[in-house]
Amino acid sequence: MREYETVIGLEVHVELATKTKIFCSCSTAFGAAPNMHTCPVCTGMPGSLPVLNKQVLEYAIAVGLATNCDITRYGKFDRKNYFYPDNPQNYQISQLYLPICRNGKVEISDDEGNKKFVGIHEIHMEEDAGKLNHDDWDDASLVDYNRSGVPLIEIVSEPDMRSATEVINYLEKLRMLIQYLGASDCKLQEGSMRADVNLSVREKGSDTFGTRTEMKNLNSFTAISHAIEGERERQIDILESGGQVVQETRRWDDVKGESYAMRSKEDAQDYRYFPDPDLVPVVVSEEMIDEIKAKEPEFRDAKMERYRSEFGIPDYDIEIITSAKHMADLFEETVKLGADPKKVSNWLMGETMRLLKEKGQDAQDVKLSPVHLAKLVSMTEERQLNNINAKKVFEAMFEEGVSPLEYATEHDLITVQDTGALTAAVEAAIAACPKAVEDYHAGKEKAIGAIVGQVMKAMKGQADPGEVNRLIKERL
Amino acid sequence: MEIFEMTAATLSGKIRDKEVSVTEAVDSILGRINEKDKEYNCYITVCEDKARADAKQIQDKISSGELTGPLAGVPVAIKDNMCTEGILTSCASRILSNFVPVYSSDAVLRLQAAGAIVIGKTNMDEFAMGSTTETSWYGPTKNPADATRVPGGSSGGSAAAVAAHECICALGSDTGGSIRQPASYCGVVGMKPTYGTVSRYGLIAYGSSLDQIGPITKDVTDCANLLEVISGHDPKDSTSLKRDDLDFSSALTQDVKGLKIGIPRTYFGEGLDEDVKEKVLSAAKELEKAGAVLEEFDLDLVDYAIPAYYTIASAEASSNLERFDGVKYGFRAEEFKGLHDMYKKTRSLGFGSEVKRRIMLGSFVLSSGYYDAYYLKALKVKALIKKAFDEAFAKYDMILAPAAPTTAPVLGESLSDPIKMYLGDIYTISVNLAGLPGISVPCGSDSKNLPVGMQLIGDCYSEKKLIRAAYTYEQMMK
Repeated sequence: MREYETVIGLEVHVELATKTKIFCSCSTAFGAAPNMHTCPVCTGMPGSLPVLNKQVLEYAIAVGLATNCDITRYGKFDRKNYFYPDNPQNYQISQLYLPICRNGKVEISDDEGNKKFVGIHEIHMEEDAGKLNHDDWDDASLVDYNRSGVPLIEIVSEPDMRSATEVINYLEKLRMLIQYLGASDCKLQEGSMRADVNLSVREKGSDTFGTRTEMKNLNSFTAISHAIEGERERQIDILESGGQVVQETRRWDDVKGESYAMRSKEDAQDYRYFPDPDLVPVVVSEEMIDEIKAKEPEFRDAKMERYRSEFGIPDYDIEIITSAKHMADLFEETVKLGADPKKVSNWLMGETMRLLKEKGQDAQDVKLSPVHLAKLVSMTEERQLNNINAKKVFEAMFEEGVSPLEYATEHDLITVQDTGALTAAVEAAIAACPKAVEDYHAGKEKAIGAIVGQVMKAMKGQADPGEVNRLIKERL
Repeated sequence: MEIFEMTAATLSGKIRDKEVSVTEAVDSILGRINEKDKEYNCYITVCEDKARADAKQIQDKISSGELTGPLAGVPVAIKDNMCTEGILTSCASRILSNFVPVYSSDAVLRLQAAGAIVIGKTNMDEFAMGSTTETSWYGPTKNPADATRVPGGSSGGSAAAVAAHECICALGSDTGGSIRQPASYCGVVGMKPTYGTVSRYGLIAYGSSLDQIGPITKDVTDCANLLEVISGHDPKDSTSLKRDDLDFSSALTQDVKGLKIGIPRTYFGEGLDEDVKEKVLSAAKELEKAGAVLEEFDLDLVDYAIPAYYTIASAEASSNLERFDGVKYGFRAEEFKGLHDMYKKTRSLGFGSEVKRRIMLGSFVLSSGYYDAYYLKALKVKALIKKAFDEAFAKYDMILAPAAPTTAPVLGESLSDPIKMYLGDIYTISVNLAGLPGISVPCGSDSKNLPVGMQLIGDCYSEKKLIRAAYTYEQMMK
């Protein structure tokens, strides 16, 4: 078999985190009853007109600057005409001729860990469509326009990626940049970030591109990896058996692990793009660009660098903490309140990640208060909470946002500092466990555990196990 | 004088002076509609009950001194392509023949805030596509000057309603002459303001980059007053202008001394009816007598305006009309197999032939491979036409021309020859392409006793000059 190279370019749609839609003032909130967030504009009522939400433009420019794009100073919106019921006007307002950003690049790691650039062909702004819900009972389709008009940017890369790893690294890079900007939460599962993969293969060493296919319906990084592997093999099989790859759009079925053709180039629609006469040209001033630049946050790479020198915590911790700007912010704010960086990091890496996983949540959803977290750290340092109780308190803080001191007091979790009570409990336990005492003296160190357990039980958990251990040993 | 014969200025004055009540005004118009509309068919909807109810409320506000303007208590007719909350808004099309909007257009809201009473929705060419008001799903409107003839279009219902005294004044919309040409055919005043002066929010779009709402009235005074009420910046329309010179009524003065008026030779050449030519030129002579300076000149690119217009307007219309698909509102075909068939049957049955012709034309000029040759080229022509006007306005305060090459044709004559109908827009279309204001003022009748209109065209933002010249002429002819 000949040796092949995979050539991949991505079209990434990102739902922007604006409070209102791109061309009207309806809410973008997810999960409302069907058609609750609609108005004459986003339902395509006759006579309604679009007005651009300036925040959409600002986010698009911010993403463009973060990906080293040229920002178009005089841009336009165009209409993409096609009939489908989820598209109330039967045209989508998008950008074809003069997109807001062009000619960018981002740095990623390749499979060997070497740095390389992926080019950004363009970024354009557009509106999302509504959603069709099929009602099998009535054999009818019902349309929900809540999502109609939610702002999107589409980031079109150059065909610069060569493997699934590079694709994932590129997506991860985009996700971090955009998330750090606050322009989107970029959740693949919820569809706020969607990637279409354009893939072709060619014989290694060739400098012409093979025929590409476009793969849709990729809802996770795993699905993207699988789809890339699957499509690469499918195309190579075709070529090896003397066939030709057909230019077409394919849909990935992650459950079956295979794709099927949706439509070929021959039935490609003519979208009859033309500038939308209802919208005025998008004119971007230098002042606007300067203002957006001034608001630019510290991005992940810079932040990781700084954490290394400033906090002295391991690279592994830094990797995890900075994987969401929200986590990094929480970390820094907590440390600023005087908490020890490594101890804060431990809470974020350990319990936080465990609870997130358990609840199927994203790091961006963490609702911990830095004040509470700092207090928890100091309470453990002052031995007011033992490990087990500290975890209980943390869980309550994580779930209900409670204050650690109040919660621990209310639930009798604070370590009793009264040595009299503790000594009495220790002595009572020793008296109650002659067998354990005997075993201990016989050299079975572990037998002491039974006595410790007895003390902790008597103290209702409000004791420091280390201290209990010390007191018992003292008396044996 | 009957109430229905009054101008808005006269009627509102009498209402203020308690000589006439708002209810009497509404009843007078409703009575007139009842008497005349079977013959002229100016209206698609008459808002009898609502108008009577509104009359009481408006009367209270006038009596309390809250409303004092020149439209307070005045019954106004609205072209049926402007959304009116709770009132059928059909665009004279079968496809919207059951469409009742949930909101009102900005122009209508401004009218209502000024105390005007929406008396009904007027007939028009379907989706404003036509020059005769014959393409309406609700049948043609007839010209009150001669009921065997068309009133012009597409705002024919509004112009005819004003001429027949079936309303005091009306709103029309003008994409290629749809206010000025019917005003000319019906012997009333009609004005298309500078693009962006009146909000398009709620105006069901035909050619978005060309559409403007404007007044159709019995005289120039009402025209200025009505325009003043409906103008103003609207944040809901991105193409709406912020102007601080909207006090149009302040221009109602007789003063044209030294005003330089250009007369384009190309507008008075081949194809222009001799009677029309004579009437328009004698109107020009009147302005000269009053002190204006007339000068003939050559306006370039006149021949290219019609093809450029039909390319751009049809392209925009083909996209604007995609939303009428039977899914969300309006007419839906009863029998169909699946989604695609529903679209096809709904749109085949829902649109009339002129609309379908323009949708096909527009889809063609936007399709891949033809876009550059047709649509882009038309945009370039549009820019050149604007430049030709800029050059003219460097020399002249305004341009004087006929509003249409002929007076009103006989019903049925135009539909058989659409190209000829398109050519009838020659004197009005360039004004839309360049975004300029234009006014049509009656200037006598031809040998068949049909009204002729003189058109004055100004540079952007020069409505006041146009109103001043039109008012001067009107007063001289009294």
